Amino acid sequence: MPLPFASHVTSINTDSDVCSYGKLTRLWQALAAHPLLVASTILLLSALLFLTLNVNGHWDFALPLRGKKLLALMVVGYAIGVSTLLFQTLTHNPILTPSLLGFDSLYVLLQSLLVFFLGAISFTSINPIAKFILEVALMFGASLLLFKVLFSKSSQDLTRLILVGVIFGVLFRSLSALIARLINPDDFVVVQAASYAQFNTINPQLLGISIAICIVTAWAIWRWRYQCDVLMLGKAQAINLGINYQRLAFGLLTLIAVLVATATALVGPVTFFGLLVCALTNRLASDMTHSQRLILVSLIAMICLVLGQALFEQVLGMAGVLSVVIELAGGLVFLILIFMTHRRRV
Amino acid sequence: MPLFSRRYYDMHTASPKIPRVSKKWQQHDKPSKAAIPPWLINSASLVVMGLLVLLSLSIGVADFSWSGMLQGLISHSANADSSLMLVSRLPRTIAIILTGIAMAVAGMIIQVVLKNRFVEPSMVGATQSAALGLLVVSLLFPASTLMVKMSVATITAVLGMMLFMGLIRRIPPTDFLLIPLIGIVFGGIIEAVTTFIAYQTETLQMLSVWQFGDFSSVLAGRYELLWLTGGLCVIAYMIADKLTIVGLGDNIALNLGISKRQVTWLGVGMVAMMSAMVVVTVGMIPFIGLIVPNIVSRIMGDKLRRSLPAVALLGASAVLLCDIIGRSIRYPFEVPVATVFGVVGTVVFLWLLLRAPSEA
Repeated sequence: MPLPFASHVTSINTDSDVCSYGKLTRLWQALAAHPLLVASTILLLSALLFLTLNVNGHWDFALPLRGKKLLALMVVGYAIGVSTLLFQTLTHNPILTPSLLGFDSLYVLLQSLLVFFLGAISFTSINPIAKFILEVALMFGASLLLFKVLFSKSSQDLTRLILVGVIFGVLFRSLSALIARLINPDDFVVVQAASYAQFNTINPQLLGISIAICIVTAWAIWRWRYQCDVLMLGKAQAINLGINYQRLAFGLLTLIAVLVATATALVGPVTFFGLLVCALTNRLASDMTHSQRLILVSLIAMICLVLGQALFEQVLGMAGVLSVVIELAGGLVFLILIFMTHRRRV
Repeated sequence: MPLFSRRYYDMHTASPKIPRVSKKWQQHDKPSKAAIPPWLINSASLVVMGLLVLLSLSIGVADFSWSGMLQGLISHSANADSSLMLVSRLPRTIAIILTGIAMAVAGMIIQVVLKNRFVEPSMVGATQSAALGLLVVSLLFPASTLMVKMSVATITAVLGMMLFMGLIRRIPPTDFLLIPLIGIVFGGIIEAVTTFIAYQTETLQMLSVWQFGDFSSVLAGRYELLWLTGGLCVIAYMIADKLTIVGLGDNIALNLGISKRQVTWLGVGMVAMMSAMVVVTVGMIPFIGLIVPNIVSRIMGDKLRRSLPAVALLGASAVLLCDIIGRSIRYPFEVPVATVFGVVGTVVFLWLLLRAPSEA
């Protein structure tokens, strides 16, 4: 049973009840009507905070370093947010996310498989960009396969679908751990570190190609934004309205695979972050068009990462905790969504 | 010339409408004509287990010969072989057997209490809560004894399960796959809290010992706590019939004069204790408690008094087998049994999920 998206209810401000509203409420409504503007402003402030907190005058050293980090965080936010939103459009379901169904664990598994078959020494000597392209290509094929396995059974039974996806994720993680042990027990710790999400240690080599990927995918997605809107009506309706469903679904899956690979290569697997930002986006957006939500979800994800990292790293002095906190919040959001949809069904 | 009108006749001979039972339960409740008697299954698994024990005793990095060990034992003079056997290999094998039994039986109990085939101690927040309790007590009272730590872990495991049961109370039993899904996420949240605390206090190393089940550190004097799980399994066997009745449903339990609340609490307490002991001594091992009871139920049905011994034996054999695989796959290094089980267990679980009857 496909679930209806939570539609945002806007209260209509008619003249008769202006006087009953306070100034704050009116301000709030004005802000809620322009979520993109508000989010951009917050992101700008967060970025400034991130770049300038605790620099203590060492500008020439701190700015390039932090600028790189800022770019990387923004790339990750964009990739995770957009890929999750597209996945939800494609599967017609506001609870599913690629990472929940094991797609990013799949990427980690592919990485360890490559190391296993090519040997650790030759693998590290390969140009990182060539390696990354190889991984993305593999990821695309594997994603298609996983998607087929997951959605070949009737996807009517949503709970089973999610559970199977989650268990697939556990299987991929266990296999990666096993392969890591088989490669070389001494290097196990290094691989173990790579299979946990860390926002404070980002692989700088891949930043250039990641930004290029972001630009290309953004251009492709932006061209499809109206088709995605039609797809929200459901598969049958979309076909009825003249959408080439096969082509669009294939294209979206390609983009999702590439974006998941990009985000996972930069920070590692993050299970609930996409769900968290998409839930926030669906609540805050003033309408459900993709042209608004795609931008908003990227902005919200970037805010979460940049502001969170600035706070945790510079104010609280705990750099590695952000991923744990995000996972916690996302897990709670997932439970709330499950209970809400359940209540809606009854 | 019929004696009664057609309608009357139909009314009394037509078969009553049997409510549709899902295929799964029919499979479990109808032991087929050619069912293998339980004693045969159990003796077969006992033989398999014996072979696995011998294998487990003879695999290891150190030089070891059976004849040397026997000589040492007969002449009562401790030589290298016999001491190796008594200090390392035998305790390890015993610990494996006890862990397998405990986790499998705990899984069976929790499945019956929650009336759900797809749960196990790590999917109801029990093992994760136990690890959280262990971490907290180790940080606050580092000098406390193992018994105290275990008691605290048991209490937190009970609390975690209570919280989980409160969460799922609103879910109708028809959506039986929702419960394991919520359980996995719930366990993940507790694990995230534990990781957060460990990260802040720089005790991640200590935590990973509890989070990854591994028998490589088991030596004589470090595993004896596990014998208590054996006692718990005996208690479970004694109340097997009550558990079975509670598993049949609330109304039936009420009719037969079984206090559902009492039995449920007893079950939850036992699962919490077993999880806490296993986490303290060897660490978490996922999926045993899920897979073993499912396989046994498919063969022997759901009467616990009949199936519990088989569950225990199969659980022990499964962990023995996975530990042997883990020890020999990358000899002389070891792969922790939790990793092996993560692969084997998920594959079996996926198979179970994909062939389970649909809830529709």
